[in-house]
Parts: sequence; C-alpha cells; structure tokens
Amino acid sequence: MKQSLRARSNPLAKTDTQQAQLSAGPFADGSLPTFEAQLQQHRLPAIRPKTLEILQLNMGYMCNQVCAHCHVDAGPDRKEKMSRQILQKCLDLLSSTDIHTLDLTGGAPEMHPDFRWFVAEARKRGVRDLIVRSNLTILRANKSYKELPAFFAEQGVHVVSSLPFYKREKTDRQRGEGVFGQSIEALQVLNELGYGKEGSDLKLDLVYNPSGAFLPGDQTALEHDFKKALQEDFGIVFNQLFALTNLPISRFLDYLIASENFEDYMHALVEAFNPAAVAQVMCTNTLSVSHEGYLYDCDFNQMLGMPVASAIQHIDNFDIDLLAQRKIEISQHCYGCTAGNGSSCQGAMT
Amino acid sequence: MKKSYYQPEDLSKFKNISDWSPELGAKFFEYYNTVFEEGALSAREKSLIALAVAHVVHCPYCIDAYTKDGLQRGIAKEEMMEAVHVGAAIQSGATLVHGVQMMGIHDKLSM
Ligand code: SF4
Ligand code: SF4
Repeated sequence: MKQSLRARSNPLAKTDTQQAQLSAGPFADGSLPTFEAQLQQHRLPAIRPKTLEILQLNMGYMCNQVCAHCHVDAGPDRKEKMSRQILQKCLDLLSSTDIHTLDLTGGAPEMHPDFRWFVAEARKRGVRDLIVRSNLTILRANKSYKELPAFFAEQGVHVVSSLPFYKREKTDRQRGEGVFGQSIEALQVLNELGYGKEGSDLKLDLVYNPSGAFLPGDQTALEHDFKKALQEDFGIVFNQLFALTNLPISRFLDYLIASENFEDYMHALVEAFNPAAVAQVMCTNTLSVSHEGYLYDCDFNQMLGMPVASAIQHIDNFDIDLLAQRKIEISQHCYGCTAGNGSSCQGAMT
Repeated sequence: MKKSYYQPEDLSKFKNISDWSPELGAKFFEYYNTVFEEGALSAREKSLIALAVAHVVHCPYCIDAYTKDGLQRGIAKEEMMEAVHVGAAIQSGATLVHGVQMMGIHDKLSM
C-alpha cells in the first residue's frame, strides 16, 4: 500500500515547503499574478468572514485509504486525533453560538474512537445540519463500521461521500484498488436505509473531484451523468453532486510536481479565475478546527499551516466577535476556490 | 528564434485573432460558441466530434483543447479513442475510395 508523504519523509510533508512551492515558479518570475495581486487587479477587497454558520472539525488524519490526491496527507500511519477535551469545547461552542452546521472531516472521521459519542452529543445540542464526510469504504471495513450507516440514519446525519467517478477504473486509480466496489456496496446500504431517496430527510450527496491535472467540468452535467450511470448500473440514487477542484496542496501538489503538471495546472486555475466566485468562497462562513484545537479559515489553510490572522488562534479562547474582524489568509491555492464556477466544500457556487 | 512552428501557449492567445479584425473575430467566436452549445446534439457529443475532427485536420491546439474538455466532462479514454478511429476511418476511406478512380483510369487506358 502507498504511504503518506510524512511516512515517506517527502519534503512536501512540511507546510513551509508547500507554502514556498505555491509562491515559486510562475508566481516568482511574474508570469502569473499571485492571488492577492489578482484580487487587486479586479479591484476586489481582501476577503473577510461574514456570519459564522459552519464549524468544520478535522477529527484527525487517520484514514483507511491513501488517495493519491489527498490534501490532508491522511493514511493508516497518521495517528493524530482530536482529544476529548477539544471535542467537548466544540460541543460547548455549538451551545453558545448560532453555528447551525457541523461538518466532520478527517482523515476518516469515523475512525476517531469518540466519533459516535460526539455525533450523538452534537445532535442533542440541536445542530441543524450534521455533515459527515465519509470515504464510503470505511463503512464496509469491519463489523463495527458496518453498523455505522444505521447509526447515521438514526442520528439524521447528512452523508457527503467522495466518489471520484461512476466507473471503476478512474476511481480505483485515484483512491486505490477495490475502492469502487466497496463504495458501491456502501451506497447501496445507505439507499436501503432511505438515504438519497426522494421524499426522505436522509441526505446523501456525492463529491466528485477530477482524477488528474484538470479542472472539473460543469457540475450540473456531471450530476446528470453520475445519476444516470449509477442508477442504470447499480440502482443507486443520491441527492446532489458537488464537483470540487483539486487544490495544489499536499499529495496533489506532490503529484503535480512529479508529473510536471504544476505550472500548467496553475495556469489553468489562474485562467479560470472568476471574480464572482470570490464573495462566496467557503471561508466566508466556515471556521476550521484542527485536531489540536487551532483555528483556520478553511481545511486547506489548516493543511498549509496558515492559522487565522487573529489574536484568537485556539478554541480555548474562542471569541466570535474578535474572529469576525480578521482578514482571511490567502495564497495561490485559493485559485482553486475561484476557478470557473468556483469550488467550495459544497461544490460549484455561482 | 523558437524551434517549433507550434507554441503551446499560442492556444490561450487564440482570442488575439480579434485584435487585427475585431468584427470578424467577434463573429467567429460567437458562431463557434453557439455551435458547441447544447442542441439537437448534446455538448458532450459535440466535444467528441470536435476531438475526431481535430485529429483529421491535424490540429495540435484542438487536440489539446478537446482532450482536456473530454476529461472535464468525464468522457472515458475508450470513448475518445473510438472517436479518433471514426475520424481515421473516414479519412482512410476517403483515400481508398479514390482507388476506384485509379482503377477506372487504369482500365480505360489498358488494352
Ligand atoms: S482523500 Fe479522504 S479518503 Fe482519501 S486518503 Fe484523504 S482523507 Fe482518506
Ligand atoms: S483556500 Fe481557503 S482561504 Fe483560500 S479561498 Fe479557499 S476557502 Fe478561502
């Protein structure tokens, strides 16, 4: 099995190496404008947060998969996980603020030993939308994980699952041998419980991201193709498809450099810059919490080691008003959020 | 001087053809964009036709553009290759059908 960049001692496992790479090449020699310069050229102000609606928790970097494009550098060898104390702080925040959406990610959040306890506690605090980002294969991994779909249904969890393609080959190439078959089984189990069905409250969304150095096409057209193929071939239904652009971070960045696609990919992202997408990037209504309790504008900034530009940097001294005054930390990876129709954790935005 | 007649970066400068003839340039791009919209044929089908024609007319820019377009649309490599074969079959057929002309001339001139 492949390993994380960290386990391979790849220089890109270090956040400062990644940050340097994002400002090198075409951005250093001026052939492409930095993201900041691009905003200025379009007379757009610095990005600032609006009302905080979504709390995204990175529960840890452990994952049963080692996807080639992973921006978290997750894998079975990554042991970092959120402590119970931090989890409790997050629950307290749900009670004390108007945050209505909880977005659990990782790694595979389901692998966190306190996962079920935490989901049930968050539910008790009246979260409106409780999202679990599931890689699907974890739901087929062993007996205990196989019980999770029923637990999700019971707790009214909103499942957002990654499925890079509706055919086996591309999925397995990006995510590993056998991933497609297991993902299909997991989707069928979720459907049997009512997930993704018309009239059901149990929401099942899919995330598509390109398996290579190209941008995703039109989200509506892709959703149509996914729905048709999954229905015809496997009888699977789902609610929405989110087409996400791969951001040049961590393992995807490593792939871009190793395949000599970095410059062309950055050119493609810059060419696709859509000024209208800037106002709606996800950092405007989301805050990301790391397993250690540090605060970031988004999960991408977390992986690049770019904490919030605020006196408040940790959940221990959370202050919603002070945090609201900050400017969002940006770099060239932000072009991935503003390319074409824009790409957030909720897919195309404009 | 650069060593090739074709420069990959010229593809992104395609729109510059309007600089020296804005009116014709605008008309061309409007026509081009309309052709590729969803119509009686889907945009997906049109993309595959464009890829096949790109090969037949040996246009490296169009091959680059419509391979990427196909990837973005989720068109599988098998579909792309079949489209290229359609182009190749028509092109070779067009060559071979002239063989009938050759046969006719041959027979007319031969005793
Ligand atoms: S992309 Fe998701 S499923 Fe794949 S290794 Fe990363 S966290 Fe795990
Ligand atoms: S990468 Fe993060 S900070 Fe940059 S625009 Fe996207 S969400 Fe905002």
